[in-house]
Amino acid sequence: MELTRRQMLVTSTAALASVVGLPAFASATDDLIAELTGGASLGSGAITLDTPEIAENGNTVPVSVTAEGAKSVTLYADGNPVPNVATFNFGPLNPTRSAATRIRLAKTQNVVAVAQMEDGSWQMAKNEIKVTIGGCGG
Amino acid sequence: MISRRDFLQVGMAASAIVGGSGFGNWARLAAQQTLTQDQLLQFDTFGNVSLIHVTDIHAQMKPIFFREPSVNLGVGENLGAVPHVTGADFRKLYGIADGSPSHYALSSGDFAALADMYGRVGGLDRVSTVINAIRADRPDALLLDGGDTWHGSYTCYHTQGQDMVNVMNALKPDAMTFHWEFTLGSERVAELVESLPFAALGQNIFDAEWDEPVLDLFPPYTFFERGGVKIAVIGQAFPYMPIANPRWMFPEYSFGIRDENMAAMVEEVRAEGAECVVVLSHNGFDVDKKMAGIVPGIDVILSGHTHDALPEPVLVGETIIVPSGSNGKFVSRIDLDIRDGRMMGWKHKLIPVFSDVIQPDPEVTAVIDAERAPYEDTLKEVIGTSDTTLYRRGNFNGTWDDLICDALLSERDAEIALSPGVRWGPSVVPGQEITREDIWNVTSMTYGEAYRTEFTGEFLKVVLEDVADNIFNPDPFFQQGGDMVRTGGLGYKIEVSKPQGERISNMTLLSTGEPIDPAKNYVVAGWASVNEGTEGPQIWDVVESHIKKIGTVSLEPNNSVEVVT
Repeated sequence: MELTRRQMLVTSTAALASVVGLPAFASATDDLIAELTGGASLGSGAITLDTPEIAENGNTVPVSVTAEGAKSVTLYADGNPVPNVATFNFGPLNPTRSAATRIRLAKTQNVVAVAQMEDGSWQMAKNEIKVTIGGCGG
Repeated sequence: MISRRDFLQVGMAASAIVGGSGFGNWARLAAQQTLTQDQLLQFDTFGNVSLIHVTDIHAQMKPIFFREPSVNLGVGENLGAVPHVTGADFRKLYGIADGSPSHYALSSGDFAALADMYGRVGGLDRVSTVINAIRADRPDALLLDGGDTWHGSYTCYHTQGQDMVNVMNALKPDAMTFHWEFTLGSERVAELVESLPFAALGQNIFDAEWDEPVLDLFPPYTFFERGGVKIAVIGQAFPYMPIANPRWMFPEYSFGIRDENMAAMVEEVRAEGAECVVVLSHNGFDVDKKMAGIVPGIDVILSGHTHDALPEPVLVGETIIVPSGSNGKFVSRIDLDIRDGRMMGWKHKLIPVFSDVIQPDPEVTAVIDAERAPYEDTLKEVIGTSDTTLYRRGNFNGTWDDLICDALLSERDAEIALSPGVRWGPSVVPGQEITREDIWNVTSMTYGEAYRTEFTGEFLKVVLEDVADNIFNPDPFFQQGGDMVRTGGLGYKIEVSKPQGERISNMTLLSTGEPIDPAKNYVVAGWASVNEGTEGPQIWDVVESHIKKIGTVSLEPNNSVEVVT
């Protein structure tokens, strides 16, 4: 039998789905973003989303976000069972419009930041973070 | 593939600096008798600054054999680019004659015959002679150690790195960065680092809790005044230590590439008046290449981790990248002409340390002998003999790996064996006795427990896919160095250029010839687990017991992995 990915996925259990494969909750995140923005179009370029390429520890991944001119920034982890992570609201006197936190990532997935700007427009940034089993380094 | 001639011309034109590599074309020197220390060390001193680079010594104090890889695949933009060129292709690219000393030192092919002709390589007393010769030309040359120094031998394990610290101190390095050192545990690393008479650098070594630099132990950079030039050396430790090695052994630390911080450090040292910026890196070659392309202002990257040795630096913009091999086999000398705050030119030579050609430095021999004396009888005990060249270097199983996997299958009564795809470990040539030291040289580590457990077929595939993506991800920043996990009792097909989850197919249990069943459990033995609390006998004891039983090691070629590029 040639063990293709398709067969693997067909025969797979939750254990496999938690490690490889496409984010199962991506569409859920899209829905949540649409709900937040009321379906408004999302610009890009105003948000700096700083994440590691590969998580050192998937249980506590440092994420920081800066968006000059933002009223609020919402973070999603699109591969987690519950994609909502946090919403940061910035008052008009906030000088940096930046926030940092740590989040748990169940597997390799995108972290998405959606910001509402002071003029009411919306911005988005997305980074993939790899969560790996590890081992075997040279 | 861009030819060497094209490459040099393109490189020169683009960088507008003059450069040259003094790597000898020793094709004319037909045999060892005509190769002399003077020829190996010959170098017309150039410019006003000299750098000496050693890296990835893996605690090899004595001369060893070391076979270079025959399979080292590049992916993405690095497909077919150095260092992902091996054997005859490598020799053709650099104009190296078959059978020449350069062939033996730098490429695979006819290893056993050439080893017989040219003998061992390395030995830190020989390395010392090379360093002393460079210092005789340029007394204020900087000696920079790229790390993976305090790991990889019986004596290093039993002294927790002290033997290597003592021997390296005799060579008088000016700075160092790190990788496997951290597997001594953070407390021991701190203790050794505090004792060092030179700088321990790492701009990417951060406190895990607060994500702040660890300035007291690992400053990001240090300055040197040499030849009237202010030089900044910035350290870059191995970025993926908590993933590739057991995080629980150094929980206080976080690493990562941190290229933005690297760029900030380069700006900072330039603002403080650095006229020359050198990065002492344990990134691995492809990661260094990518970093050089996105971080401006670095003159030289001294590249370690992936154990590559290239006869010429690779240019990226105005940055030269110099990889210097492993296991004490090479020393790189780089002379720089720094004027008006700019690198106006460079001259480079990768010096292969032929142990029978380069005289040992007796002072360092004495230090090495003193470190080994308490253990000498244990080290030299003969366990067996090999009919086959035993080596590890390459993307897939080497013969040492096959022997280790055989030992795991038989000693731990398993169906499948897994052995880590590390790149360290010297070779054994046919007819050579295998000593306890030889076994430790390819197995020594602080987490060597040989576990025995059950994996489902499905999980085995997940493991193979995961490791494959750490090596063959087309983005170098997602590559951790190292090679594919070695397998015993398990065959498979790998298509390296496919995405994660689609590379591995045709997994077969070799003992029965049957396909691996995703739902079935298999008894798996392996070692070097990154998980805390792994139980089992130490791998060196497992391998020793196996070799004792078989007496003479004879290995058939292993064709159980089908590779599609």
